[in-house]
Amino acid sequence: MYVAVKGGEKAILNSHKLIAETRRGNSERPEITIEQIADQLGLSVDRVMAEGSLYDRGLAALAVKQAQGDLVEAIFLLRAYRTTLPRFAMSEPIDTAKMLVQRRVSAAYKDIPGGQVLGPTYDYTHRLLDFALAAEGGVGMPEAPVADEALDDGMPHVADLLDYEDLIEPDLPDPDQPEAFDLTREPMSCPAERDQRLQNLARGDEGFVLALAYSTQRGYGGNHPFAGEIRMGEVAVEIVPEELGFAIDIGDMVVTECHMINQFEGSADRPPQFTRGYGLTYGHNERKAMAMALVDRALRAREFGEVAKYPAQDEEFVLYHADNVEAAGFVSHLKLPHYVDFQAELSLIRQLRAEYEDRQQKDAAQ
Amino acid sequence: MTPSASNDLLPGFADPVFDAQSAFRATLDAMSYPGRVQTVPTSLATPEPLGIAAGSLALALFDFDTPVWLEPVLAEGPAAGYLRFHCGCPVVSGMGEARFALVNAASLPRLDNFGIGEDRYPDRSATLVIAVPSLTDGPGTRWTGPGIDGSIGVQIAGLPDDFWAQWADNRELYPQGIDVIFTCGKSLVGLPRTINVEA
Amino acid sequence: MSAVSAVQWDEAYNFAYLDEQTKRMIRRTILKAIAIPGYQVPFGGREMPLAYGWGTGGVQVTASVIGPDDTLKVIDQGADDTTNAVSIRRFFERVAGVETTETTEDADIIQTRHRIPEFPLREGQVLVYQVPQPEPLRKLEPRETETRKMHGYAEYGLMSVRLYEDIARYGHIATTYSYPVMVNGRYLMSPSPIPKFDNPKMENNPAIQLFGAGREKRIYAIPPYTQVKSLDFDDHPFKVQTWKECCALCGAKSSYLDEVILDDRGGRMFVCSDTNFCEDRRAKGHTGPLGADPAALAFAHKEPAQ
Repeated sequence: MYVAVKGGEKAILNSHKLIAETRRGNSERPEITIEQIADQLGLSVDRVMAEGSLYDRGLAALAVKQAQGDLVEAIFLLRAYRTTLPRFAMSEPIDTAKMLVQRRVSAAYKDIPGGQVLGPTYDYTHRLLDFALAAEGGVGMPEAPVADEALDDGMPHVADLLDYEDLIEPDLPDPDQPEAFDLTREPMSCPAERDQRLQNLARGDEGFVLALAYSTQRGYGGNHPFAGEIRMGEVAVEIVPEELGFAIDIGDMVVTECHMINQFEGSADRPPQFTRGYGLTYGHNERKAMAMALVDRALRAREFGEVAKYPAQDEEFVLYHADNVEAAGFVSHLKLPHYVDFQAELSLIRQLRAEYEDRQQKDAAQ
Repeated sequence: MTPSASNDLLPGFADPVFDAQSAFRATLDAMSYPGRVQTVPTSLATPEPLGIAAGSLALALFDFDTPVWLEPVLAEGPAAGYLRFHCGCPVVSGMGEARFALVNAASLPRLDNFGIGEDRYPDRSATLVIAVPSLTDGPGTRWTGPGIDGSIGVQIAGLPDDFWAQWADNRELYPQGIDVIFTCGKSLVGLPRTINVEA
Repeated sequence: MSAVSAVQWDEAYNFAYLDEQTKRMIRRTILKAIAIPGYQVPFGGREMPLAYGWGTGGVQVTASVIGPDDTLKVIDQGADDTTNAVSIRRFFERVAGVETTETTEDADIIQTRHRIPEFPLREGQVLVYQVPQPEPLRKLEPRETETRKMHGYAEYGLMSVRLYEDIARYGHIATTYSYPVMVNGRYLMSPSPIPKFDNPKMENNPAIQLFGAGREKRIYAIPPYTQVKSLDFDDHPFKVQTWKECCALCGAKSSYLDEVILDDRGGRMFVCSDTNFCEDRRAKGHTGPLGADPAALAFAHKEPAQ
């Protein structure tokens, strides 16, 4: 008679089957492959790797496929997998000055040493739907021309050029803190240092970080940013194995980096100087890197003695709400049964209404 | 079970997953029901003078995130290498930095050498694992506090004369303070900072 | 140990899913939580294969405590048959291969969301609560840096003011669940969203009570036999919910009752939220006004739609 447990299990299993069927879509069409997703939906894969905190195109593509293209769900899948992986080593800091640049632009100067490199970007495409992409057989294999000369090897960071004149704050590692904070091993702790904030923003939801960045531009923040430089390309990742004592190259990864240059009026003990905002993401994602750099600078208000009065400057507000795996989970948990507490509230509201009516009647009688 | 005099490293848990779990459960019961003697069900060959309960607790709880202070006899003997190898824990020279300390009742440093945590983070304090000659044959004391239904009589042997006076001082720091786990062979008794002791 | 070799689990994962380093970190956290009753210990909570808000904290605590000989019970809203309870139980069957039960008495570990079982717990049992928001002051003060200070200095005036405002407005305290408690006379603690009906069960309970908040990355605890006082005022003492009705199925008058809607004309009945308690009573011959009514039984323990 009482078989609800089995019923619940059956319902869950059936729901798994149904989602698998829905994911597959029309079975008369070929199933999409992981390679196709990694190649042709590369920017989705980049976002999933960045917010999933795991640089692996194949796994990120699998997550995109499994999540039916729902990127927040794909990010969650990748994070849950990531926690089961052992930690082998801490990498050396990547050197983006040695990046194999595919794209590099500065809005602060007309020309820069190493040159402006437009590279692959949607920036100057006209946003007209390209029906050729929808045509039977697709577009074949478009080819981009190869440049006559190779790019310069040395591409200094634009922000560092200002360093020669002492016009921008120096950006030096903190000698008291040789190891960076790691949010994947320690809980958030406020007030947070910049390393913790940057890691949080790098993992943070692109939409949330973008909206915060936008708010600083519209008036909910007092920064005056210039896109000092945005660069994207491959960098080498190195580790120093304990037993070797020197760095070895373990592979390359594509990253997008943004240096924002912001005005700073100076204070009693600091001369007027440009200040930095920094953004870095896995893969190619300039929107996220730029937004991150704007929010990074906004969150440095305390450091520069600025009054923190806007949402993007509010460290606890930003850091505690940026993670979409946490946010999506907590919003969606409202789907779980809450009927015990709802029952308690039902009784209360009935009681409060009865008391209210009593008072009304008494008042009317008087 | 007799450790050899050579430098041969003794093995850790026979089953790292289940032995760690059972050692933790014995410790959880010890801290949850203070004063009651619990036993670790594992057999473990530990280097002298590290006891089985203390060694099991170390293997179950220590790692590279837990700075450990060892009393000189342990620090200079094979136990230090054993713990470094099996736990990967940093062995520190300052008592104040330690999250755990392995000590012996006969040579117990004063309790106020150890970290008591911070007012907002009282959890960042030391846990002292104190080896004693007996958990049941010492002078009678009466314990009260969370985990104890009414009160319980406890007879820990071999502690310094002023130990319970020091413990009373530690109680005064609540919610900061150190926590203690007494060990003897395969057995252990928990004494969390909340416990009031009448000596 | 023979029992050890008897358990079988999905060997793609470590026993109980978590890696040993994570378990050690959580175990150390639990021991400090026991030593400082009611104090929220921060821990490096991990992403789990279920969503934040769906029991990740409770699952991490259970996974760190559970051994091959343990028997596990999982309830949500007091019931063993709610979907999330079923899902979490299946998770542990798969990754730990442990025995599971619906019988409160037979369980070594009980993971719960929103209820404390009606049957009294015993020594050695571990009750693991899933906690969405561990901070009892959060709705009054959103900043963690501020609330941590308040706990540090035991400054809980804000909460008393909040409760007193209720009295001024309604004549009584209008909090029905997540009703704040003082633990061991020192820390203000959220009991998790259990109805205040369950608050008195927390005090002097022989079992170990552990609370896991995965998203907020906090673990806290109430050791056995510990003072747990629901906040109140001398002239407005703490009171739990009562019902005029008894359980329609088993006739219980002392259990927490859920309202079940029977039709769209206001028809309803009340049944025990603790399914194990209700069944046990019916098996022992107790019956309520609708205890023999097949329609009522079907309503009370309806299978989820497939």
